[in-house]
Amino acid sequence: MLEIDEGQVRQSEAAYPQHAASIALTINGESCQLQVDARTTLLDALRDRLHLTGTKKGCGLGQCGACTVLVDGRRVVSCLTLAVMNQGKSITTIEGIGDGELHPLQKAFVEHDGFQCGYCTPGQIMSAIGLIQEGRTRSDDEIRENMSGNLCRCGAYTNIVKAIKDALVQGVDAPEAMRQAVEAIRQDAEKGE
Amino acid sequence: MNAPLTPSVGQPVSRVDGPLKVTGHARYAAEFDIPDMLHAALVLSTVPNGTIAAIDDEAARRAPGVHAVITHENAPRLPYRRMSQRPQVDAQSGDQLQVFQGPKIHFNGQPVAVVVAETLEQATHAASLVNVAYEEDEAFTRFELDRGQRPSSGNEKAGRPAETQMGDADAAFAAAPVKVDATYIQPREHHNAIEPHATIALWDGDFLTLYDKTQWVDNDRKEIAHVFGIHEDAIRVVSPFVGGAFGSALRTWPHVTVAALAAKVVRRPVRVELTRRELYTSVGFRPHTEQRVALGAERDGTLTAIIQEAWTQISDYEEYAEVTLDPARNTYACPNVRTRYRLVEMNTNSPCPMRGPGVATGLLAHETAMDELAVALGMDPIALRLKNYAEKDQHKDLPWSSKELRECYRIGAERFGWAGRNPEPRSMRADGQLVGYGMATAAYPAHRSKASAEATLFSNGTALIRTAASDMGPGTYTSMTQVAADALGLPLEAVRFELGDTDMPFAPVHGGSITLASVGTAVEAACRALLDDLSHVIGADLSGPFAGLSADDLEWRDGGAVRRGGGEMVPFEKLLRELKLDKIVGHGTSAPGQESKTYSSCAFGAVFAEVRVDPDLGTVRVHRVIGAYDIGRVVNPKTAHSQCIGGMVGAIGMALLEQAEWDERFGRVMNSNLAEYLVPVCADIRELDAFFVESEDRIFNPLGVKGVAELGICGVAPAIGNAVYHATGRRIRDFPILPDKLL
Ligand code: FES
Ligand code: FES
Repeated sequence: MLEIDEGQVRQSEAAYPQHAASIALTINGESCQLQVDARTTLLDALRDRLHLTGTKKGCGLGQCGACTVLVDGRRVVSCLTLAVMNQGKSITTIEGIGDGELHPLQKAFVEHDGFQCGYCTPGQIMSAIGLIQEGRTRSDDEIRENMSGNLCRCGAYTNIVKAIKDALVQGVDAPEAMRQAVEAIRQDAEKGE
Repeated sequence: MNAPLTPSVGQPVSRVDGPLKVTGHARYAAEFDIPDMLHAALVLSTVPNGTIAAIDDEAARRAPGVHAVITHENAPRLPYRRMSQRPQVDAQSGDQLQVFQGPKIHFNGQPVAVVVAETLEQATHAASLVNVAYEEDEAFTRFELDRGQRPSSGNEKAGRPAETQMGDADAAFAAAPVKVDATYIQPREHHNAIEPHATIALWDGDFLTLYDKTQWVDNDRKEIAHVFGIHEDAIRVVSPFVGGAFGSALRTWPHVTVAALAAKVVRRPVRVELTRRELYTSVGFRPHTEQRVALGAERDGTLTAIIQEAWTQISDYEEYAEVTLDPARNTYACPNVRTRYRLVEMNTNSPCPMRGPGVATGLLAHETAMDELAVALGMDPIALRLKNYAEKDQHKDLPWSSKELRECYRIGAERFGWAGRNPEPRSMRADGQLVGYGMATAAYPAHRSKASAEATLFSNGTALIRTAASDMGPGTYTSMTQVAADALGLPLEAVRFELGDTDMPFAPVHGGSITLASVGTAVEAACRALLDDLSHVIGADLSGPFAGLSADDLEWRDGGAVRRGGGEMVPFEKLLRELKLDKIVGHGTSAPGQESKTYSSCAFGAVFAEVRVDPDLGTVRVHRVIGAYDIGRVVNPKTAHSQCIGGMVGAIGMALLEQAEWDERFGRVMNSNLAEYLVPVCADIRELDAFFVESEDRIFNPLGVKGVAELGICGVAPAIGNAVYHATGRRIRDFPILPDKLL
């Protein structure tokens, strides 16, 4: 189970009983129960309630991609979905892709310097995982086009594209690996219910 | 015994903080997990000029979860003490915006209240319930050249003079056989780093801790100490990671005070995280600037007159001015140069430095004008620049400490394939598109400031280096680790580098591309001090292997000490263990010396761009940008390359996309978000490359480095504009170059 600060949960509940909702999610393969304000975005729930701050807030308006996570395997900007809308869903964040060591994409981003400040990076990597899984990485242009929802103000785009291609060339069978991972997460979620 | 180490300086080392960043474990300001933390939401003014007539905060106070609504009516009075010396990052004249200290409104978007609540949702909702009535005054929301005023003495002294004159530029211009004279506009641009500005403030009795997004922890502490009238020792600022800033986090903005004030009032830790919209008025921006450039030349291309005049916007409470006209004075050799600088006061928040401040703006106009002159002369743009090559800094009348710009032109042109350019506009095509090649010079002055560092060597053979520097993305963590590893003769993995905390030895601002030259030399000095100390101790240890030897007799490599001229390496672990020492510490300080008065130091580059323009739609695509740079010694080619191409991406925005859409009726930025304020996305970027010419500037500093970040954005936007002219035959002087301007 993910560690949840019970004190804070109770406090929040007391603070807005009229808006509180109870939800169950699977996050990075672990099921968790959470009391949230119905107005809380999935992004804020991850960052401020579960302290999974790897998912970044860049705009809160669905415009920058920094908050990208996978919801049931699909790329989603977590600032545009309320936590309560994700009842029963399986969420994968940057903290959940490494399996003890760096995911091949994470390695490739380091190797190709696919970032500078690093703030857009988790979103870029989650998007890239989504793309690879969707098979939309057949050409540089396709990668560029489909990564264009993830802004990088430091301007690391050319290196990001190199990193994604490299991870593909390295024979990372990311599509298959991801499908398996998502499947495992689904099964866990079902068990949890 | 370890294999001999190769020096890591000069190697394309991957970022040492890379794994933290790609796993999401690097912690940025808003992400510190502070127990009992409350959330804040701002209420911003909705008129550009006037006073607050009344505030109705009843409903907000009664809203669930709300702890406080703070306005000028109930906020504690803050002393806002004046600093004896203004930090360089602040405006050099006027007074900073004071929060909640009075009813005066200076601009639309000024904070007028803050709501503190248990959760962000509650704070945001309650903030929407605050009603503010205003008495409006007539506002200056139009940029009117005839209201331009001379910079005040503070700015004159800081190198932003109202007028400069060398020779007689107007007479020379009138007499010149070939001339160009035009006006160029660069709009208001916003930094828009992806990490929003955020501050968590936490009081423990009278001690304040700030987790803040800042490029300068030491000054942040000093500013807040002055605002609150407390001692600097009662404040700690922590900022280990900065999610991009580009100048927006140089100075301490009002929201930092809001966080500290709110935390004081509610007696709980408070976080203020600005929303994307708020960033357009809560921190600064690159000011709207209009420039006239007039160039006169002989028929052989020799420049005889340079006249450059700039008008730029400022707020009505502060005078932030830039060095916009420096490029006119020192980029090329010319006997007659005149500049004129005027500031247009408006009801806006204050502008501030944005990557390549002033210089990028001045070069945009100057390098476009140079291209126009080349066209008027029928001369190759590179040949024109070589003809007027500045062998010294003619404005300061000093020699350059190093300058390899000729080599930049040569290598850049070669790598780009400039020789394949048909100079005739609209003469080149590919895939049904008009092809244009353009180039420009890049230059950014190299500065250094006093800095300090502490180096500790532990008995397990590892080292820790600390200094209150910052890393907003260029790779400070990595380059400093490299410098320290080489200085100590340790492998990279054995060195840990920490920054971003006022508890660490002081460091200068992380801006103006000065970090490596300033802090890098301090790190090296600290390591040297440590080794000097160690050599004393081991030399005095009569039973040890180096008895009687001094620092001059020793070398440090492969993780230990070796007698100069040969002998066995004794690892640090062994040395310290036998001396029964847990650790040994060295402190180092570095500062610029006499050379800063006898030489002018500058980083240079030559930038080449190829664009493809759709003849029917006027859309411009940047096909490739190639730059050749003289940045002195390159400590890390990988991260330096990233800085250069990152600057190119920023400049593609400057050339083709970015502008704040300003509503003159309300004095407001209309496109205050990332969907309508356009920045380059992945699909906008194709080939970018940067090459570094052989260079080393040991006059400027012992490391031989110059600086990269600002340089990377300089010269690129004019190179793109010049390429668009070459592709289309249309000269666009009003940036950004949007499709409708080409139709
Ligand atoms: S924070 Fe969600 S898209 Fe920007
Ligand atoms: S690495 Fe800084 S925004 Fe992408």
